[in-house]
Amino acid sequence: MRPFTQLTGVAAPLPMSNVDTDKIIPGQFLKTIGRSGLGVHLFHTLRYDASGAERPDFVLNQPAYRQANILIAHENFGCGSSREHAPWALLDFGISCVIAPDFADIFYNNCFKNGVLPICLPREICDALMEDARLGANARITVDLERQVVVRPNGEEIGFAIDPHRRHMLLNGLDEIGQTLQRTASIDAFETRRGVDQPWLPVIESV
Amino acid sequence: MLARTLFDKIWDAHVVESMEDGTCILYIDRHLLHEVTSPQAFEGLRVAGRRVRRPDATIAVTDHNVPTTDRSQPIAEPESRLQVETLEANVVEFGVPYIPLRDARQGIVHIVGPEQGLSLPGMTIVCGDSHTSTHGALGALAFGIGTSEVEHVLATQTLPQKPARNMLVQVDGVLAPGVTAKDLVLAIIGRIGTAGGTGHVIEYAGEAIRALDMAGRLTVCNMSIEAGARAGLIAPDDVTFAYVQGRPYAPKGEAFDHAVAYWRSLASDPGAHYDRTVIMNAADIVPMVTWGTSPEAVLPITGRVPDPADATDEARRIELTRMLNYMALKPGQKLDEIPIDVVFIGSCTNSRIEDIRAAAHVARGRHVADGVRALVVPGSGLVKRQAESEGLDRILLDAGFEWREAGCSMCLGMNPDRLTEGQRCASTSNRNFEGRQGPNGRTHLLSPAMAAAAAVTGHLTDVREFA
Repeated sequence: MRPFTQLTGVAAPLPMSNVDTDKIIPGQFLKTIGRSGLGVHLFHTLRYDASGAERPDFVLNQPAYRQANILIAHENFGCGSSREHAPWALLDFGISCVIAPDFADIFYNNCFKNGVLPICLPREICDALMEDARLGANARITVDLERQVVVRPNGEEIGFAIDPHRRHMLLNGLDEIGQTLQRTASIDAFETRRGVDQPWLPVIESV
Repeated sequence: MLARTLFDKIWDAHVVESMEDGTCILYIDRHLLHEVTSPQAFEGLRVAGRRVRRPDATIAVTDHNVPTTDRSQPIAEPESRLQVETLEANVVEFGVPYIPLRDARQGIVHIVGPEQGLSLPGMTIVCGDSHTSTHGALGALAFGIGTSEVEHVLATQTLPQKPARNMLVQVDGVLAPGVTAKDLVLAIIGRIGTAGGTGHVIEYAGEAIRALDMAGRLTVCNMSIEAGARAGLIAPDDVTFAYVQGRPYAPKGEAFDHAVAYWRSLASDPGAHYDRTVIMNAADIVPMVTWGTSPEAVLPITGRVPDPADATDEARRIELTRMLNYMALKPGQKLDEIPIDVVFIGSCTNSRIEDIRAAAHVARGRHVADGVRALVVPGSGLVKRQAESEGLDRILLDAGFEWREAGCSMCLGMNPDRLTEGQRCASTSNRNFEGRQGPNGRTHLLSPAMAAAAAVTGHLTDVREFA
């Protein structure tokens, strides 16, 4: 995973709550067996009309936000399915930070596995950042994970909270599986103990 | 010892190691795989030169993409076929047990797990699908994960996790006739909202929950994720044990008795702490139907479409207006007068034999209204076979319903079962998001009996009028 340390860029305002993962990337685009190339389908139904033409009023179709790498949204962002295609699509488009009052659990979790930083900030601060974002390409926002601050275009710094373990993993782009595999001896011991305590646990030989 | 909840007990029994910041390495007993969220995980293993640690705790089945029509031919859609073939190649390469598409046991992963006894009380169960919450009905800690976590579980049989908060939803009293588990869970979501359970595991308790059969409990836990909770739980009891006993992978004989003794010990202790408690009365619940594009946008079938003008704040007014525009509904319109084009009876929420029986009960001797297309998609090949042995397929076919092969089907429209532009569907599935059942399709969520009633009348209907 690529690390996330600091990001300065354009933020796109998406003033909607309950942005579900079907909105972020609809089901018909989940048939891929890869992780890349999903950016073109990001927010597909909001972004394109039935003929496939861009809807000019959608934020990511406006010239100022085509290069956006931060997204500002409202409550419960990423609700719905567990599809990791949602953060893959954001990342492939170029967005590696989403700021919202809160996130759905599975989406929030999936972001960290892909170098995408989800930041929770109170609604009124999100609204202020939304106003900043509406200023377009000249209003650049900085997100500094090391210092845990969002810097507004006017220089004001807003602190954000984040789980220290997740922050560490993201800052260093660490391979979580590799870390867990270092604990293989503990897992072995657990399995042995469990086999003794609960011998009825079924084993699938073949089907 | 401190009084613990059902969740606390299952959690504690699966902690391999805990770290200083509270993150635990949680052992996973059962890992269910399907074709959509696993290819990138297997690819990750391949690139890193890793193997599957416990193929014997893992099982794969195809469900999301598969056609629900004739299966004697290869899958017609090239991308769907590639995804299914990729899974079939991966299970061979990594030695993972697999239920093939033409096997009678094939079906929706969340139907297959409980049906085969692969999902048992007290287990930790994961799957790359948010509706893994379904299996919590057995008293298992079951939750959906992303593809990176699928890879993590394949490689290590564990997941780094922090414990969730405990939430209790207690439903006292008795459900009225014609009111089902689906209405109950829709009412719960309407009460607490789609983010109401975020960060929590919901334990469902109370007289009305205890009175549900296992099918109903599975329906309730299935939609926990629509209330924002990654997992739902119901304490295992005699209903659970009777359901589990005799299933292919369930323990047998003396082993079963030992298992039951352990499973009984999992119920929450008196005085256990819940971070949040919601108490509802079953008698207040009537048949429910969604009118908007979020599962929380739900009302009794006797109600009317809300008016955005009544919204308390501007953001809410904009949201309601957007929903009504998408759904092509007018403020104040009576819900039971909304005409429908399609009926879908199926999905991991409502495709068990009990659901098919409920639909057939309403359909018997009646006929699908002119211009309405009605699909019935059993949750597994075994559900289909059972229904056919009871003659339910005949009742439904005679009434003008389509009787199809098992799969996720029109719940999410990854296979050819999709709504076309602007169609309105009465659906027993779990999500009414924009475009969920097909681009610009419109979804009203309801129970199987309500769906069958809508098929017959051609509009959303209070099934109690069919008694």
